[in-house]
Amino acid sequence: MLTIGTPAPDFTLYSTPGQQHSLQDFQGRNLILAFYPADWSPVCGDQMSLYNEMLQLFRKHNAALLGISVDSKWCHQAYMQSRNLHFPLLADFEPKGAMAKQYGAYDEKEGQCERALYVIDGSGIIRWNFLSPPAVNPGADGILNALEKIQGKK
Amino acid sequence: MAKLTPPPGPQDHARGKEGASVTLVEYGDFQCPHCGRAFPAVENIIQQMGPGLRFIFRHFPLSEAHPMAKPSAIAAEAAARQGKFWEMHHAIFQNQDLLSPEALFAFAKQLGLDLQQFRNDIQDPALEEKVDNDFVSGVKSGVNGTPSFFINGHKYNGSYDEESLMASLTF
Repeated sequence: MLTIGTPAPDFTLYSTPGQQHSLQDFQGRNLILAFYPADWSPVCGDQMSLYNEMLQLFRKHNAALLGISVDSKWCHQAYMQSRNLHFPLLADFEPKGAMAKQYGAYDEKEGQCERALYVIDGSGIIRWNFLSPPAVNPGADGILNALEKIQGKK
Repeated sequence: MAKLTPPPGPQDHARGKEGASVTLVEYGDFQCPHCGRAFPAVENIIQQMGPGLRFIFRHFPLSEAHPMAKPSAIAAEAAARQGKFWEMHHAIFQNQDLLSPEALFAFAKQLGLDLQQFRNDIQDPALEEKVDNDFVSGVKSGVNGTPSFFINGHKYNGSYDEESLMASLTF
């Protein structure tokens, strides 16, 4: 995991076949990065579905959300449609896991992202991070605390 | 360690006495099948523990996954204004497969609610706000799915079957 207080590495990845996202797109806004192992987790109310319910709450804290896994953009597109997700999922697909590796959030043994969270401020500085065991949904209390701290310092 | 925020208070729907030795708080979604399965388990536990237990239900509707979750939560809040929160809570979980706007009105009628008042109350933004406040409090407390339980303010991470829950409540 990257250190708090350091600049977040740049990235440009596809979410769906027609759309790319870069770190610079989020300048001036807080950005939540949620690395997760795979689309199609069988659990009802899984991590991405939970965050999907919280987009308005994140917006109140001037924050955008990106999910990241090694699944392809076509897979993401189908998954987003199926779960009714309203935030982008980045395909860290080719070269596989490149962004996750840069962020110290890649599980080499399983060949997938760790369940890792980052909160980056509007100037691109990492302000909070958290690494969760792969099977444990970390919820969002840590994210909200981090966002409240960022806003409190302004 | 996730901790219940805010602690139980007058805003909550509670069964059992204040000051009971154990307080169990559930964050639930009326359309979530897991919450539906937890419902009879919790009811049995309430019966068995009697006055030693206080049970509180807070709303955590996952609206994108379950379109009837929030309307059901609001219906329960509207029933609460006529003193029938728990009756509506039971009716919804017992008929979880049938949830629809019409079904919520049918429950209201069966419970003997004043339907005109019920109709007015479900449109009161204050009730939606109460449901949303519950949701935010859940997120801040570390709720990561439904049902999520808190025992005396601390998040319970075990399974929600009767035996496991009971074992943690009676420690």
